[in-house]
Amino acid sequence: MSPDDPVARSRGYLRHRWPVRLMHWINLLAFALLLLSGLQIFNAHPALYWGKSSYTGAPPLLQMTTRTDASGKTLGVTRVFGHEFNTTGVFGLSAGPDGRPSARGFPTWLTVPSTQWLSMARHWHFFFAWVLVINGLCYVLYTLASRHFARDLWPSRTDWRGIGQSILDHLRLRHPQGADALRYNILQKLAYLVVIFGLFPLVILMGLAMSPGLNALFTGWIDVFGGRQSARTLHFVAAWLLVAFVFIHVFEVFISGVWNNLRSMITGRYRIAHEETPHDPT
Amino acid sequence: MTRHDDTRRRFFGRALAAGSGLLLTGCDQLSQNAWFTRVLGSAEKLTQGTQRLLLSRKSMAQEFSEADISPQFRSNGTSNPNNPLYQTWVASGFADYRLQVDGLVARPRAYTLDELKALPSRTQITRHDCVEGWSAIGKWKGVSLSHLLAQVEPHPQANYVVFHCADPMNGQGSHYYESIDMDDAWHVQTVLAYDLNDAPLPVKNGAPIRVRVERQLGYKSAKYLTRIELVERFDHIGKGRGGYWEDRGYEWYAGI
Repeated sequence: MSPDDPVARSRGYLRHRWPVRLMHWINLLAFALLLLSGLQIFNAHPALYWGKSSYTGAPPLLQMTTRTDASGKTLGVTRVFGHEFNTTGVFGLSAGPDGRPSARGFPTWLTVPSTQWLSMARHWHFFFAWVLVINGLCYVLYTLASRHFARDLWPSRTDWRGIGQSILDHLRLRHPQGADALRYNILQKLAYLVVIFGLFPLVILMGLAMSPGLNALFTGWIDVFGGRQSARTLHFVAAWLLVAFVFIHVFEVFISGVWNNLRSMITGRYRIAHEETPHDPT
Repeated sequence: MTRHDDTRRRFFGRALAAGSGLLLTGCDQLSQNAWFTRVLGSAEKLTQGTQRLLLSRKSMAQEFSEADISPQFRSNGTSNPNNPLYQTWVASGFADYRLQVDGLVARPRAYTLDELKALPSRTQITRHDCVEGWSAIGKWKGVSLSHLLAQVEPHPQANYVVFHCADPMNGQGSHYYESIDMDDAWHVQTVLAYDLNDAPLPVKNGAPIRVRVERQLGYKSAKYLTRIELVERFDHIGKGRGGYWEDRGYEWYAGI
């Protein structure tokens, strides 16, 4: 299909094939539920540590808790690397299901289930962990077998040469137009590669590193990551880096044509804006 | 920015808020739905099957050095059983304490604390992983459950070992209990511990005897053991899910 073909133009170009579209949305659903149930699990013990255990003599790296101030008022506080922040209403202390302030790490609107319920959050988390892992494995196999990886994801030499220009374009919120918009740009490729082959494998591996069963697989394998509590911290950090990616991703979707992008991820079809010329039939 | 863009942006903002609100409300409703929670719970069998496939029956939980021991071994759950009989044991230094081992065995018997201490001991520095997310490292000394099993001779149809405990829960006459399968029961690190960090096991950590199930989460390592029962199935005990926390929605297989 050539970009000048009027029939193709009206229908749009096939930008994403159906397996990629399907796996993208399954991944979004699984990741969203893993995040929200994960924050509920975190709330059962809202503190992070570095090391093999939580009680090494060193204080937690991060902690959400409550304390009373000089006037006897209860505050929600977050302590990060020894610095304390008043986070009343959001972290440490926020409105419970009955509207009254309750001691909890993350607020009800960021957790699944919304009320304190560790066992149920674990059921959600481990079910969707399997969904994410199976979906992710299918994606990786598909992307290699269909050459989606080599064709669309792996940066070419030309891509690398254009990286400076691409950074500038992104900062100025300028986006490729016409036929160029059909291909991923270099920053987009790098972001997807880091997320698919870096952050997702890391978050999964650190989740598995917390399993007392899998700890027995090879003696001391989790010490490579600093021990079980370090793995728990890395799991948390990797999850939030994925959230940061989602925010940037959604931002880019918005500013580069939200309907067109959404359509291309639902029906697969992407339309290119053409500069009108006198010869162009309209 | 045109007015059109502005409207569009507001629409997306509202759609996002409504969408996430719907998602959370929907998840809360689904959490109450018996069919849906059964579907979610099916992942436990997949996890258990996969872990059992990857791990050999004898694979060992990590053991640590003296330097890794936590300064304080945290107490969680019951810290002092509200049980008159138990309190008389504490008063007598557990001289009257007996650990009953029975059920599907050829030679049921009761052990005094001294009899347990006279059996070959095992010392291990292991990490206790609580389902809440924290870990503590402690040095345990005790007798491997396998020694007791060898003495009482389980029947072939014994599939599970049930641990009955002295700590009353919820004031409803029920006590803490737990169960493990025979793979874990015969595992060398499954120890009936009577010492913690070179001192007699404190009451807050499960005196006089607690079990250590090192390849699973902390709630499997029941404290204040009074009776070890071998059974073919456990659906007649408690609410039938194999343990106090299992009866309240936690996984029976706590390997993750």
